[in-house]
Amino acid sequence: MSITLFGTAGSTCTSLVLTTLFEKQVQDFVLKNVNLAKGEHKKPEYLKLQPFGVIPVLQDGDLTIFESRAIARYVSDKYEGQGTPLLGKTEKERALVNQWLEVESQNYYPVVSSIAYQLVFGPRRGLKPDEKVVEQQLEKFEKILDIYEEHLAKNEYLAGNFFSLADLSHIPYTYLLLHQAKKGEGITSRKHVKAWWDKISSRPSWKQLLDLRAQS
Amino acid sequence: MTIKIYGMPYSTCTARVLATLAEKEVEDYELVPVDLSVGAHKKPEFLKMQPFGMIPVLQDSDLTIYESRAMARYISDKFESQGTPLFGKTAKDKALVNQWLEVESQNYNPCVSSIVYQLVFAPMHGRQGDETVVKQQLEKLEKVLDIYEAHLSKNKYLAGEFFSLADLSHIPYTFYLVNMAKKGDGITSRKHVSAWWEDISSRASWKTVTAKMN
Repeated sequence: MSITLFGTAGSTCTSLVLTTLFEKQVQDFVLKNVNLAKGEHKKPEYLKLQPFGVIPVLQDGDLTIFESRAIARYVSDKYEGQGTPLLGKTEKERALVNQWLEVESQNYYPVVSSIAYQLVFGPRRGLKPDEKVVEQQLEKFEKILDIYEEHLAKNEYLAGNFFSLADLSHIPYTYLLLHQAKKGEGITSRKHVKAWWDKISSRPSWKQLLDLRAQS
Repeated sequence: MTIKIYGMPYSTCTARVLATLAEKEVEDYELVPVDLSVGAHKKPEFLKMQPFGMIPVLQDSDLTIYESRAMARYISDKFESQGTPLFGKTAKDKALVNQWLEVESQNYNPCVSSIVYQLVFAPMHGRQGDETVVKQQLEKLEKVLDIYEAHLSKNKYLAGEFFSLADLSHIPYTFYLVNMAKKGDGITSRKHVSAWWEDISSRASWKTVTAKMN
């Protein structure tokens, strides 16, 4: 058992890594809980692993790596020979996976995480939501989802006709948007985006993650 | 000449791709200008290639891809056997390059691009920059740069002792921050960050890109 993952099943970013491990059929790893309520992620021992003081972090032998998207790539590369081919099978497929990974990172995520901060994470710390920010971000989100709708009308998944890390990387925050922030109308009102969302969020890997959350 | 890059040399994101091509010793490509001043990037023909209406875009035969970081990855993969090994040489190297690529993407770029937008691009389009935003982002950047300083005091480059795509990815926006926005004190006041910046911005690949900017 060489892999240790520091994080929590309830965290969106840790969830990305856990779901990637499940897609790659990797069950042999240790999940070490980081107690965010007690500020464990800001203590010196943790900052040695992750100087930005956020979760998750993965350790594999003498390698320590942070940033969930980078960890997910590492897992996808290391276990290339098993489970779902998350980066596609050809150079062209891989290029399209990388493109949609960046679309998530640069376009989708900033908007969704801003809404999530206002409506879910901020309130947990006693902060009041800024409704104006939420409204602005939702407007931006509508424009982004129009592009996704058109694309998914012609493609079963983001990078083509195969599920990839690009689709997977959208799951944790979209789930939070729908189920905790309760701002999912943009997703559910668009025929092809909804169909895509229903398909990717029904995968056994995501179900395994939700079960893990329920047990935690 | 199979590769076409649609973009402009003065655009930070186009520059990221051009610098990658230079590092990989790829000269056989065509740079197709996109006249942003007439809204060419918002016209239907362009939106067919890039539905978000932004430059750059790469075409290689029947493959069209956008997002400069993805394009840089594509070039690094396609020309793996020539030029600088931008992902290092081992699986561990690659993991650390990917980590610092994400640090750029998630921590560094949001601050720096915001400052550059307010002080350089907004005025270019006749809009006044927001000083409050600039101040907030500079404060955030200071914290990020403290982490970079500690890291670069133990590592010559971000992913270790070798120059990689992670370092390259920082160059265009940092160049704009220091030279156009004139907000480079955070960079120049830190011994190791400053030395790293001098090193990476003096590379031949970046010089070929800045030569095209004029």
